[in-house]
This record gives sequence, structure tokens and C-alpha cells, in this order.
Amino acid sequence: MVALVLPRLMDVSAASRRSASVAERNLSALKSIYWLLLVSGFIEPLLYLFSIGVGVGALVGDLTLPGGAVVSYAAFVAPAMLASSAMTGSFAETTFNFFGKMKYMKLYDGVIATPVQPFEIAFGELAWAMLRGSAYSGAFLVVMVVMDLTTVTRAAVAFPAAVLVGFTFGAIGMTIATFMRSWQDFDLLGSAQFVLFLFSGTFIPAQAYPTLLRWLVEVTPLYRAVHLIRGITVGGSGWTWLLDIGYLLVVLAIGLFIASRRMSRLLYR
Amino acid sequence: MTTAQPLIQARGLVKRFSGFTAVNAIDVAVRAGEAFGFLGPNGAGKSSTMRMIGCVSPPSGGELRILGMDPVRDGPAIRARLGVCPQLDTLDPELTVRENLITYARYFGIPRRVARLRAAELLDFVQLSERADSKVEPLSGGMKRRLTIARALVNEPEIVLLDEPTTGLDPQARHLVWERLFQLKQQGVTLVLTTHYMDEAEQLCDRLVVMDGGRIVAEGSPRVLIEQHSTREVVELRFAGESQEPFVSKLEQLGERVEVLPDRILLYVPDGDAAVVEVTALGLHPLNVLVRRSGLEDVFLHLTGRTLID
Repeated sequence: MVALVLPRLMDVSAASRRSASVAERNLSALKSIYWLLLVSGFIEPLLYLFSIGVGVGALVGDLTLPGGAVVSYAAFVAPAMLASSAMTGSFAETTFNFFGKMKYMKLYDGVIATPVQPFEIAFGELAWAMLRGSAYSGAFLVVMVVMDLTTVTRAAVAFPAAVLVGFTFGAIGMTIATFMRSWQDFDLLGSAQFVLFLFSGTFIPAQAYPTLLRWLVEVTPLYRAVHLIRGITVGGSGWTWLLDIGYLLVVLAIGLFIASRRMSRLLYR
Repeated sequence: MTTAQPLIQARGLVKRFSGFTAVNAIDVAVRAGEAFGFLGPNGAGKSSTMRMIGCVSPPSGGELRILGMDPVRDGPAIRARLGVCPQLDTLDPELTVRENLITYARYFGIPRRVARLRAAELLDFVQLSERADSKVEPLSGGMKRRLTIARALVNEPEIVLLDEPTTGLDPQARHLVWERLFQLKQQGVTLVLTTHYMDEAEQLCDRLVVMDGGRIVAEGSPRVLIEQHSTREVVELRFAGESQEPFVSKLEQLGERVEVLPDRILLYVPDGDAAVVEVTALGLHPLNVLVRRSGLEDVFLHLTGRTLID
């Protein structure tokens, strides 16, 4: 039994060590310009929160959620901004940067000549994307608490949920990146991301859409992410958060699986 | 033949890409401590073979064992003991020269402290210590190549795979790379390299195979290959006039083989000076005469032809 299990355990520890070395590389590559990018990724959702959540919110007034809770428009928009900044953060890392490293820098062609395997590269890059996404989420939650848009306890629960959201979008982004042919494809991705950002129950409750459209909206990953985080920060979503978590976990697993497979195919030519 | 198990053993090894066969059933055995070369024109299948040996390209058929293991199943364990210098540099442009080595060592699970020491040693070995904190991009081609070679040594490999290690380098850089590779060989490291430079193969390789169109067309030490596929000496003759053709029929009786090029005729003979005397005796008066030793280049061109393949 020990002889059977031990090699597997060693495999797992070796694999995670190798994934960590991939994330570590990104730490070494951190340079001043990158910090600027990091900061811009945090500022963007804040600007939306102030301009639309607070600004437009003054015109809109309070909202009644499906659960019956009445919240200010800013409190309604804030969790959506949190979810979409988690998306943006890990997307930036797993699509644009990942694609650049794979296609143009040919970085992974060097890495696969070492014991590191493609799925370990995928894990390592995802873990790194997560660090970035989590930093955005943490900072944004602090702002929400300071602005009295949620409580400290709720924010503490929302943090791991935001981390999960980042993970899932990281896996999606990485999968998409393996199908990208050139930089032009990123314009399409950008548009798709913006559509998601506008219509995933971010600024308008999904209940406001016609039934068919509403269903379409409700199956998008960003909607599930917004729904989950909003349920935590303002309350009143009942048991459906379980559905959200299940959905995000399944998408995460599928994304990771496809991304690793695609990477093996692309790198092990 | 030695009794020891070869470090690399291929039998009927095949690599197919959609539509064409890059490597067509080759047999190769590389023994510990030797320097083994793959020679061949572009597209001969050298790089595909190297990638299969490097466990980054699964074979399409045949058998391949490296260090006694299966490259598909035991990839990480094999790669831990290989050093790879690929045809195109895959250095990390976002890191400095030193960071490139340290980061690469980390992929092998080498502790950071050890990695730092080894990076310093290797930079010294390839004469790049002064550029340790420079980015990779401004380095010259020769420096990048040396860095790639240093990177291939960071895990103290038993086998080093070098795919065209000196292509595109100036003579000074080439000689430095050769010296370093020779030093590695002296230390008992097994070298496997591809090249289309004949002087490189003659300098470095104990044994080599000539590949053409995915197959092995000749195998042996440089000396044996020259003996088998060429004569001891070559006389190069240049005649006045548009074409060299008219002189061929007369020359054919003099050598084992005559090859006509647009600007000269090559006469493959055991004794060059004696042949020159015979040429004059036939009443022929070439503008230029050059007698030289036969080299691997003659073998190579004889076996793989002079047609340009790209």
C-alpha cells in the first residue's frame, strides 16, 4: 500500500514544486513598468464604482433585490465591480501575457526541456494570475468596507469567493489563449469581455431582461460570479450560492483540463 | 564494441508530421562519454530526432530508450539528466543573464543558493561574467549562444544535446564554443550535436551519422567515413572557357571519381601530385590547380548531393 501510494504523493509534491518554479519566474520578471500595469488594473473598477455606482446611483436611487432586500445602487454595483476586476486581473495574465510568453517569447519551449511539464506550466501561470487577481480583490474589498458598502465579516467571506472567481477566469483565459492565432484575436476577446462586463447583471439586474435573454445572461460565468459575490456582500440570495460555486468549480476544472491538453499538443510537437 | 548499455538507443525511430515523414526509421546508439554527431542538410530530420531525444516530441513509431528509460512515460526523470541547447535560443527576454540561469535551475528544483553559485561558475565558464546583470536582448548572437549553452549545463547533465550550436556565429565565438564543448567532453559528459559544418563535425565528433531525407545514409568516425566514401586527396582543376564539360572525358580515366561543377572539376584520387603530373601529360593546361586532402565535406556532398534543399 505504502509502495503504491508513496510514488503518487511524490509525484504531486514534485508537480507542485515545479508549478511553483513557473510562478517564481514571474516574480523575478517583475519590473517597475509591471507595477504600473498592476495599479491600473485596480484603479479601473474603482473609477466605474465612483462614476456609475455612486454618480449614476444618485439618480437611480435604491434597488429592491429579488430576495426583498433594499440596497443603494452603489452597494448593488460594487460586488459586480469586484467580480469583474477579478476577471480582468486574471484574464490579463492568462490571455495576453500567457500568449506572449508562449507564442512570441517562446518561453515555454525552453521550460519543457526541463522536468517541468505543460500542465505544471498551466498550474504555475494560473497560480500567478491568481496572486494578481487576489491582490485586486483584497484592495477593492477594503474600499467597499471603508465606503460602508458591505461589512467586514461579509468582506472576509467574499475574499475567497473572489479568489475562486479569479481562478475560474484564469482557466478560461488560458484555454482561450491556446486557441489564439495572433494579436488581432485579442480585439475580439476584448469586445467579448466588455459585453460580459456590461450585461452580466453588473449594472442592471438580470430580471430586467426578457426571459430568453435573461437565461442567456444567467449562464455566463461572469453573471454567476457577480451573483455569488453580491449574495455575500449584500445578502439575500438564499441557497443559490451553492449553484454559483459548483458552476465556477466545474468551469475551472474543464478550463484547466483543456488548457493543459492544448499546451501539450502545441509544445510537444 | 563496449558491453555497456548505450545511453541513447533508437531502433526504427520514426517521426511523422501531418503529411510528411521527417524521420524515417533510423537506428542510433550513443555510448557514454562519446561525442556523437548528426550531419545533414536542412530538412534531413536532425532537429526532429534531437527533439525526440530531448523528450519534447513523442516518436510516431519505433523504439527509443534514453538512459534506459522511456521518453514518453519518464519524460521528467530523463529531462532532469539532460542539458539542451536548442537550435533557436529560447532565453527569457524579461530576465537578466544571471536570472536566466538561476530561474532555469529552479525549474530543475535546484535550491536557490546552489543555483546562484552555479550561475556564477557557468558565467565564468562561457566568459559572460561581465554581462551577468545585462538583459538578454542587447547581447550579440555569440553571447546568447554561450548563455544558452551555460543554461544547458545548469543541472550538471550527463548528456548534452546541442542543435546547431555554432550556426550564425563568427569564427572567434565558434572557437570559444568548441573549446568549451571539448572541455565538457574531457569531463566525461556525453555530447550529441547536429551540425552542417564539416569542420565542426571533424573537430568535435568521435562518431557521426549522415542523414538525408529522414534516413541515415552513412555512419562512422570522421576518418572512416572519409576512407569509405572519398579518396585520400582531391585535385581541383579550373580550365579556361565557358564550360568545364569538354575536359571531363579525358580526366575520367585518371581518378576514382570526377565531379563537374560550373567553375571547376574535382578529381578524386589517392595521390594528388601524381594526378597533376598525369593531367599535364594528357596535354591539358588548367588555369588553376589545387591539391588538398579529402574532408568530410566531400563525403557529405557525395552522399547528400549538391542540390539546394530548403
